[in-house]
Amino acid sequence: MSSAMALSSSLMRLGASRLSSMMGLARVASSSSMSNSSSSMSSSFSSSSAASLVTTSLGDAPITIELPRPYDTHLCEPPSTTVTTTPAEIEKFFKTTYLMRRMEIACDVLYKGKFIRGFCHLYDGQEAIIVGIEAALTWNDSIVTSYRDHCTHLGRGGNVKEVIAELLGKAPGCSKGNGGSMHMYRKETNFYGGNGIVGAQVPLGAGLAFGHKYRNDNCVAITMYGDGAANQGQIFEAMNMAALWDLPCIFVCENNHYGMGTAEWRSAKSPEYYKRGDYIPGIKIDGMDCLSVKQGFAFAKEFALKNGPIIVEADTYRYHGHSMSDPGSTYRTRDEISGVRQERDPVDRMRKLLIDVVGTSPDQIKAWEKELRKEVDDAVEFAKNAPLPPDAQLYENIYVDGKGIEARGVEISNVNVLG
Amino acid sequence: MKNTMAGMASISLPLPLRARLSILCCGGGGGSMIHGFGRAFSSSSSSSSSSSSASGSPTTMHAAINSAITHAMSEDPTTLVFGEDVAFGGVFRATTHLREKFGPRRAFNTPLSENGIVGFGIGVAIAGHRAIAEVQFADYIFTAMDQIVNEAAKCRYRSGAQFPAGGLTIRAPYGAVGHGGHYHSQSPEAYFCHTPGLRVVMPRNPYDAKGLLLASIRCDDPVIFLEPKALYRTAVSDNVPTEAYEVPLGKAEVVREGNDVTLVAWGAQVHVAEQAADALREERGATVEVVDLRSLLPWDAETVCQSVSKTGRLVVTHEAPITAGFGAEIVAEVTNACFTRLESPPERVCGMDTPFPLYGESLYVPTKLRVLEAMKRVLDF
Repeated sequence: MSSAMALSSSLMRLGASRLSSMMGLARVASSSSMSNSSSSMSSSFSSSSAASLVTTSLGDAPITIELPRPYDTHLCEPPSTTVTTTPAEIEKFFKTTYLMRRMEIACDVLYKGKFIRGFCHLYDGQEAIIVGIEAALTWNDSIVTSYRDHCTHLGRGGNVKEVIAELLGKAPGCSKGNGGSMHMYRKETNFYGGNGIVGAQVPLGAGLAFGHKYRNDNCVAITMYGDGAANQGQIFEAMNMAALWDLPCIFVCENNHYGMGTAEWRSAKSPEYYKRGDYIPGIKIDGMDCLSVKQGFAFAKEFALKNGPIIVEADTYRYHGHSMSDPGSTYRTRDEISGVRQERDPVDRMRKLLIDVVGTSPDQIKAWEKELRKEVDDAVEFAKNAPLPPDAQLYENIYVDGKGIEARGVEISNVNVLG
Repeated sequence: MKNTMAGMASISLPLPLRARLSILCCGGGGGSMIHGFGRAFSSSSSSSSSSSSASGSPTTMHAAINSAITHAMSEDPTTLVFGEDVAFGGVFRATTHLREKFGPRRAFNTPLSENGIVGFGIGVAIAGHRAIAEVQFADYIFTAMDQIVNEAAKCRYRSGAQFPAGGLTIRAPYGAVGHGGHYHSQSPEAYFCHTPGLRVVMPRNPYDAKGLLLASIRCDDPVIFLEPKALYRTAVSDNVPTEAYEVPLGKAEVVREGNDVTLVAWGAQVHVAEQAADALREERGATVEVVDLRSLLPWDAETVCQSVSKTGRLVVTHEAPITAGFGAEIVAEVTNACFTRLESPPERVCGMDTPFPLYGESLYVPTKLRVLEAMKRVLDF
């Protein structure tokens, strides 16, 4: 196949998903009673997560929405495409995705201004996945993800200040400044971190799932990776063990269609990632739609608790390049990127639902946006003015007895804080 | 000459050593790599454990290891043991009867997936378990290198201490057995010693194996525990207590005292060192201070430097290839800390810089005679 032909076939695939997602918004129904369908999911909904990153003001009268895209499945029956939600939940989805978007854009600016050093991978475009997951799961469920983890931290109850402070290597950062962009953690809500090595978090997720099964706590472990990492050998090792031992593990392939600069079809013999567990059932969801993700993960959690591991492929798109050194425009066309922005954007989808279904006024939405932008701006200022970690921290937390370790190769004049 | 060296050592510390002391001696914290520098030069004080006879019985190394794991699993219900064929007792029988005693949920077989085993082990460890992972041969550990070096060792640091993988202990049999060939004979300790955040532990006999393994499992740092497979059945300690005990991590042991040469080794090579020490005494009447490092990371530089300050001469011997082997680190540290004490250039007697050979193993491994020759060179310098 010539590369031109290949490129056009990949565009066609993206185009097809675009087309199907366009159909959706019109088919919305409002109802005062609970939806009759997708019954098996409702119990999971009610156990959705604790404290929210954003506050909501709208009501909680149930409404049902028909998803524009059906679920594709492998070795399992798909969940219903009728989702039950509330105005308040849509408001929350909108505010959270918007806040994440603004945070990632702020990170881009901070990186270009040389405030953030090292490596930085942005999540804008993919926000609906984390927002939908957190709507379907609880913080007692574990989550471990790749280096694209800023928004995962927010989803787990972190705030913008501690994310940006971490990116700047400052003391109030969520990992005390030690982790940086790729290593955010939140112990109190079972966020087991971002991970700098492609695919390396996936076996950890299998271990976390074992912990849940061992404790019999009715929780699952979410272990996330991208379409590039899907070709890592250790993922197949982890899947084999998880299936062998029926672990409550949800393998999540965030398919943004490019592993760094390589399109999925150039690196994967089969880019149908939800089928690549072979003996492990899978489901493909629209990763650009919070509601599709929520419904899909409620299904996946119930399935995993009952049957063992499941793969969820979230069809998504990243607007930025892979990392900050990648302009993101050399291996895909600007038309492709702007097409996804116009037709599938997860923030816009929630904004449209607010206007078309809930009846929120555009002025109200603008006022929320202004508040959220201010929250990000304040966090940037906070992080810029925050102190660096103490020198001592360079030598701490290497071993359990954090003090008194000789840091070889360090200037003696700096070693003033041991003991 | 040899006697005066011993006398001098007790008078004053060599200057570089003392300079380090003032910076690094930090209230005697348990984790200090350089322990208690204020202590007098008394090497015998640390040599008590193995030689002191407790209410023990003759025990082989694999039985001692089994006993340590049994204690660990009895005392902490979160403790798991897993690896290739471990539920069936493992290829060296170190995990026999554990499945019968503790059930298949706590002692189980894994697929032949070293990277997956270690990654999974880190996961269960950060989820709060004591995880004892077995890599069937240390030669197979390299597929798990990324998980060990980039994940296990760095979890604590990069998460601001929120998620240590300290519950993880990776056991792996290492070393020459006479016929192992390329991939059942290697000594990979130096690779891991280059990784802050790990502990690397290598026992030389059943007593230490039990005490060090129990200390490793209980330790809240990830530990690479390398077992000399040649000794699983051949080494017997008479004094292995049936109850639980620990041999401290990070502490070397002076196996025998001497005044003329310090000979440092670890694992199975300590036995070669002792034979060489006997031979030197017979030939020259010179006495050798044999130091078993026991923990390689963090390592007990204090005990080694104290000994060299007394003897003035250093020979290090290990099975792994010489270039960038752990002996290089010891020689560099001792040269720096004990420069004014040294009577001769330190020597290393190690494996060759070749793949571990299928034939000619006896030429590759550092034998008693090669160690003996090196000790004569440092004496005759």
